[in-house]
Amino acid sequence: MINSSSDNVKKLNSINRRMFITGSLKFFIMVGIVSRLFFLQVKENKKYLTLSDKNRIREWKLAPVRGEFQDYFGNVIAGNFEAYQLHVIPEQVENFKYVIYRLKDLLELSDKDFKKVLKKKKEIKPWETLIVSNNLSWDKFSKINNHLYDLNGVKPVISISRNYPFDENFTHIIGYVSQANEQDIENSELIKKNFVPGIKVGKIGLEKSFEEKLIGTNDIERYEVNAYGRRISQLEFQKGKKGQTLKLTVDTEIQKLANVLLKDKAGSICVMDIFTGEVIAMHSSPSFDPNLFVFGISQDNWQIIRNDPMKPLLNKTLQGRYSPGSTLKPIVALSALENGIINTNFTVRCTGKTEMYDQTYHCWKKEGHGYVSLRNAMKMSCDTYFYEIARKLGVDKLSETAKKFGLGKKVFDNLFEIEKDGLIPNTQWKKNTLGKGWLLGETIITGIGQGYIQTTPIQLCLMTAQIANGGYKIYPKIVINDKDKIKPSDYYIPLYKNSKNIRIIQDAMFGSTNEVMGTSYRSRIDNPKYQFAGKTGTAQVKKITERERELDLKTSEIPYEQRDHALYIAYGPYVNPRYALSIVVEHGGNGSTTAAPMAKKLFKLIVDRHEMRQSINEKKYLEI
Amino acid sequence: MYQHTRLTNNNFTFFQKFKNFDYILLVCILLLGFISLATMYSTDGGKILFHTKSHFIKLMIFTMMMLFISFINIKFWFSIGYLSYLTVVGLLVWTYFFGITSSGSQRWMDLYFINLQPSELMKIFIILCLAKYFHRMKLENVNSVYTILTSLIIILLPMGLVIVQPDLGTSVLIAVSGIAVLWFAGINHKYFIYTMLGFVISLPFVIAFLKPYQKLRVLTFLNPDKDPLGAGYQIIQSKIAVGSGGIFGKGFLKGTQSYLEFLPEKHTDFIFTLFSEEFGFVGSVVLLVIYIIIIYRIVAIGANSRSYFAKLFCYGFGAAIFVFITINMSMVLGLLPIVGSPLPIMSYGGSSMLATMIGFGIVMSARVHSQQLIA
Repeated sequence: MINSSSDNVKKLNSINRRMFITGSLKFFIMVGIVSRLFFLQVKENKKYLTLSDKNRIREWKLAPVRGEFQDYFGNVIAGNFEAYQLHVIPEQVENFKYVIYRLKDLLELSDKDFKKVLKKKKEIKPWETLIVSNNLSWDKFSKINNHLYDLNGVKPVISISRNYPFDENFTHIIGYVSQANEQDIENSELIKKNFVPGIKVGKIGLEKSFEEKLIGTNDIERYEVNAYGRRISQLEFQKGKKGQTLKLTVDTEIQKLANVLLKDKAGSICVMDIFTGEVIAMHSSPSFDPNLFVFGISQDNWQIIRNDPMKPLLNKTLQGRYSPGSTLKPIVALSALENGIINTNFTVRCTGKTEMYDQTYHCWKKEGHGYVSLRNAMKMSCDTYFYEIARKLGVDKLSETAKKFGLGKKVFDNLFEIEKDGLIPNTQWKKNTLGKGWLLGETIITGIGQGYIQTTPIQLCLMTAQIANGGYKIYPKIVINDKDKIKPSDYYIPLYKNSKNIRIIQDAMFGSTNEVMGTSYRSRIDNPKYQFAGKTGTAQVKKITERERELDLKTSEIPYEQRDHALYIAYGPYVNPRYALSIVVEHGGNGSTTAAPMAKKLFKLIVDRHEMRQSINEKKYLEI
Repeated sequence: MYQHTRLTNNNFTFFQKFKNFDYILLVCILLLGFISLATMYSTDGGKILFHTKSHFIKLMIFTMMMLFISFINIKFWFSIGYLSYLTVVGLLVWTYFFGITSSGSQRWMDLYFINLQPSELMKIFIILCLAKYFHRMKLENVNSVYTILTSLIIILLPMGLVIVQPDLGTSVLIAVSGIAVLWFAGINHKYFIYTMLGFVISLPFVIAFLKPYQKLRVLTFLNPDKDPLGAGYQIIQSKIAVGSGGIFGKGFLKGTQSYLEFLPEKHTDFIFTLFSEEFGFVGSVVLLVIYIIIIYRIVAIGANSRSYFAKLFCYGFGAAIFVFITINMSMVLGLLPIVGSPLPIMSYGGSSMLATMIGFGIVMSARVHSQQLIA
């Protein structure tokens, strides 16, 4: 008993000692756990709170509302319209098959479109939105609304989308938008930032150039989501900002007239304010309807546009490189005057052809013009005269003057990425590019705007404007509220050595249009209010053979692709000039019969619209 | 002797037994039950759904059972020490052959009204068995080779049966329960130190023998950010939930991590995460304090018990409960790798609660019959 009790005491001592050790251990472990809790919940709380919010809050971006384009008078030329769309969230539909077939019936979807919808459905998650139709007519939209009772889960949605109310009229200025592709996203940070499925971005033209101003910012919806990404509740709606509205210098009425004039023809018309450089109209024909591209163009329509022999996709005003033909003559004459090669009394005898350097150079008039002075040579567009002064002048001096007046160089800098430079050749250029020496014969044909020389219609327009304003440098612009990169001191730099020479050219151009024997005499307007001065041009597409020269075919008898381009440059009104224009009609035959009559119609409208334009301007200043 | 008469007086009346209850322990257990019920209600998304109902019913039944056990003389529990152990071993063997397989592990018995997990019961009955084994042993015999081998067999047999299920977590906890008793029984502490050293040294080899998913868990614990959506997901989300709780928590039923289903296993092993997210640091500490009081009371009851068996059981059970709690919490707080270990009473799961409540019952019985001597 005593033994056992002493053993008991020992056992008790042992167990109590060990309990004490255990107790201390427990204490330290508890301190450890509490300090871990403290570390996570108090010290690192902010970090984990952020992580928890990141977990549970998901943002949904909605497509931003794109900025508009307006013409000079504030008419919307690229705006937004409410597209009636039909959305379905598959997981919210009890019987998806029934609903989708019902929709097919109601919308009269073709089998092809229907298959597309089913394919899209497979690609998305069941709680994501399936866009069944993205641009419904009002009739179908209301039909769907009437049948909603038996279309559970179908949501008629009004969404904002791009609209070009003037169809093909502004396509080559504004361009068009379409769904952003991978390349668009890759190339622009802003598109990447604002990207939502179905976002439309500018693909070409000003829509593309001003993408960053136009795109606006997304509406943002913040939702609480669960671990599987399903939306639980909306926490916040943040309204996005609409893109900036861009105001253009273009006058819709004149633009429309340009479109009508060039109907069924390939060519370009551009009109410019000779003092401000504002582009009043700039049209390339044929054009196409940009609305076709907004929701993705159909294969059929795309093929039609792509395969049109008149090349609607080509912006002829900026991309088309044409020999200026006789429209270069004012520059050739000016250059000769400026460089003191000739004076106004310089006379050449034109016999219809002239032999120089073992080559025969023909004047357009077989019989010849007889003795012609500068003014008459310009007026009648005598080629022989210009062969002679070009020969005396030399191509280098000529190219210098031509470049000074804006030829051979992009007019809008980088505004349109498609714009081409054109080409004003000189001896240096030929040596560098072709590795050959300049031939004198090449100088001679450059004198009548043939040969290597290539200009775009917008360059011809700028050249005319700078002659018309008395020889001062201007900077063409098309977007009013784009920031000006040009220093004020760079404006109106004189381009002439002697302003008298400019007046001589202006007077010669006046003669060409308003005097008997002038090449565009038949297109003149006698009313001084509308009276304009101009210069015709006919650019050969190919070298004329001797045989063809003898045949002397009419334009209509020559195959289309071989017909000459018809050109015309003009400015008006002659007293107090304000506007310059250039017209190019591809394979139009003859400048005086095809292009010049268009100028007559244009100037009537341009001058009539001038007062309205001024009044808008004055109002604008008054508002300030 | 007066004392003697008191010692032999083992026929308490019902009311005397009632008076002898440890009310602090009882209140803490009931409080814990209430908290677990509220937390379960939150895991059901603030509705009384399956888990809440089921948890409530189990809580009621098992609490009653605990009270009933309290009234049974501690001598009875002593007498069935081996039998209960062998019964549970039998159940484990039965489970091995006929158990229900769920999520890749065969650990449940289908008892028609309840799916029983015998391994959970083993956590308690191994303590009972070993307490009985050491009860009569003289201190000098405790460190004999025979004793150590026998007790090791007692521990390793159920461990092995649980490991093959496979359920590493529970088998480790069974071992912990057994080892706790061995420690209090007075086995030389150098054995513990050697074992510990041996374990640390053999750890790399043990890891090499682990099943791929177990290996992944260990590696994930070491670097959860390696695969945040895969293996590391649980622990990262758990830490986010606890950490975002802050000092006062997000509020009852407002735990976004669990409500939005970012939390895995929120009813069972990760219930503390949800609680901690909703009630914050303060709530977590309060819960810890309740557990500490419970453990303190268990130890105190052991200290006041006259019989060595009751002492050994209470100390062993107290230590085991403590380990269960700390392992579970360390796991969800990212201090230990994820092993399946429920938080006593709080976690959903009948077998775990049954075992814990039996343990509390026996402790209460030890308290009620604290003066009972066992020959």
